[in-house]
Amino acid sequence: MDLQTTIYLVVGLSFALYIGIAIWARAGSTSEFYVAGGGVGPRINGMATAADWMSAASFISMAGLISNMGYGGGLFLMGWTGGYVLLALLLAPYLRKFGKFTVPQFIGDRYYSQTASTVAVLCLLVASLTYIIGQMTGVGVAFSRFLGVSNDVGIYVGMGIVFTYAVFGGMKGITYTQVAQYVVLIFAYTIPAIFISMQLTGNPIPQLGLGSSLTGQDISLLQKLDQVVVDLGFGQYTTTTAGSTLNMFVYTLSLMIGTAGLPHVIMRFFTVPSVHAARLSAGWALVFIAILYTTAPAVAAMAKTNLIRTLTPGVVMQNADPYAAESQIKYDERPDWMKRWEVTGLLKFEDKNADGRIQYYNDKSKSEEFKAKAEAAGWKGNELTVNADIIVLANPEIALLPNWVIALVAAGGLAAALSTAAGLLLAISSAISHDLVKGVFNPNISEKGELMAGKIAMAVSIVVAGYLGLNPPGFAAGTVALAFGIAASSLFPAIMMGIFSKKMNKEGAIAGMLSGLFITLFYVFAHKGIFFIKGTEYLDLIGGANPFFGITPEAFGAIGALVNFTMAFLVDKFTKEPPEHIQHLVESVRTPRGAKAVDGRHA
Amino acid sequence: MDKQGEAYWKATLGLLTKILAVWFIVSFGAGILFADMLNGIHLGGYPLGFWFAQQGSMYIFVALIFYYAKKMDQIDRKFDVHEE
Repeated sequence: MDLQTTIYLVVGLSFALYIGIAIWARAGSTSEFYVAGGGVGPRINGMATAADWMSAASFISMAGLISNMGYGGGLFLMGWTGGYVLLALLLAPYLRKFGKFTVPQFIGDRYYSQTASTVAVLCLLVASLTYIIGQMTGVGVAFSRFLGVSNDVGIYVGMGIVFTYAVFGGMKGITYTQVAQYVVLIFAYTIPAIFISMQLTGNPIPQLGLGSSLTGQDISLLQKLDQVVVDLGFGQYTTTTAGSTLNMFVYTLSLMIGTAGLPHVIMRFFTVPSVHAARLSAGWALVFIAILYTTAPAVAAMAKTNLIRTLTPGVVMQNADPYAAESQIKYDERPDWMKRWEVTGLLKFEDKNADGRIQYYNDKSKSEEFKAKAEAAGWKGNELTVNADIIVLANPEIALLPNWVIALVAAGGLAAALSTAAGLLLAISSAISHDLVKGVFNPNISEKGELMAGKIAMAVSIVVAGYLGLNPPGFAAGTVALAFGIAASSLFPAIMMGIFSKKMNKEGAIAGMLSGLFITLFYVFAHKGIFFIKGTEYLDLIGGANPFFGITPEAFGAIGALVNFTMAFLVDKFTKEPPEHIQHLVESVRTPRGAKAVDGRHA
Repeated sequence: MDKQGEAYWKATLGLLTKILAVWFIVSFGAGILFADMLNGIHLGGYPLGFWFAQQGSMYIFVALIFYYAKKMDQIDRKFDVHEE
């Protein structure tokens, strides 16, 4: 069977599975729509959370980023997993005990204020909408790359699929499709990694292969990789940090706090039957996530090794001189996979010194010694541009794996994007139907009416997300980082103080959320433009790029959170204590006994 | 809050502090601040600081959450606030 047919078959089968599950798990009540009826076991919820969490960015882009960054890429790994420790210890069990449908409802009830709940809805909408744009573009990219349809058609098909199971199934449909999607995406990620680890090191477990020696050589893979990248003018793979140590520290912390504060992840913990199950479920979620996240660094380093091996075979597998002309392959003799990816524009070759050979190196290196060697070899600049996304998507082809593995990767990329999009859509629609429609505009709405409102809100959100995916506002890549910044600087501190400080009052919480949100947006917009409109950057006003101790805008969420906490405590000191019944509410949230089924009544 | 409730909360906070200390040491400590120093030691082909940043801290995070869940169950029972 040829490659294209195999891909259609595998992707088609996976879609049939998702639709089948959607028909089986239709939602008939608001409880089923918002929290899947509240009876999902900790392991199943953990698996669904993992699929919910791991997006197109985790599946497609992360290994490529690590591959380019080396050691510094560890900030994504630690940041996006360490957040689950915070979620498990500080938020999930307490929010489950509180027992309501949404995150804004907790903030509204705990801070006895509709204003607080509305501010939370606002933060949630901004964070989730920015996040979903990335997923829709991911769906479009995966479709067009693998199925040979246009980007637009890809997004329409993706919208149709999500519509079917998210609108009819609500959280119930989403939960069980996410379980199926997890299975598809984890096989799609690990199988190529196992093959590649076998080829390079003889060890089938990628996590161990990364720490092993190269086949037939007595040098470890990482040591060899360090050598060859340094020979090509890049920084050493195992030590190059992200910006500065301080920036890496703050970036990691921002991702951790942001992860714990993302509403579509928190919501999943409302579906389990008890506080005990919520704690365990966070552990299971991290087990399922860690399977992919501990494989990713192996994929990153091995794909980099494979790429350089393709371009300079003798240098990696023997000890040929990297600067000798015959070490670099001729462009005319390049492998087929390079030709295929050149068509997509993700791989570009330009013969700058007209020698017919491919020179791939860091032409921005600051090392004088390296620059002298490159010049002596007659190199006139880097000739091969490699988009980071190729690392995962083309990995099976680079390693010459069979067609069904390539097809599986296509299905896995789509599963990752669709599962996250569905979770985000649910967070958005429940905030609209439950917190705005029922909470603010029409408290007497019937359950049937609210369910209908939820489905309409979901349908509208899908159309908006699809529209933004079709017309990405030119900032798609930067927005996911913003979603973490917003969650970290606004929602996480408000929820945490609501549980851990009995005396925190509504004035403090609202001032905290608004100031955290404001300072983060201010810093990000200074670098990227007001609402990301090009030309409206105002870096001069704040004293140049990264003025705050060299911290990049993506890493700023933790600083926003710090501002939030500080402001909240200051305002809280000068305003009056929360009423007695709120302090009792906090006490009851802190103890597991008496946890009831989750319901939607507004206090 | 009654005495029993206060003692329960104090025990909970004690456990959280201990776990978060380990969480901090393995990621921000071994994975970032002291990574360079630890890279002098090797774990198979892995420099140790690199290993903590890209492998070790994640395994330890998983272990921490399950340890937390188990210890909280014990604390819940000790103070008789566990779910039925």
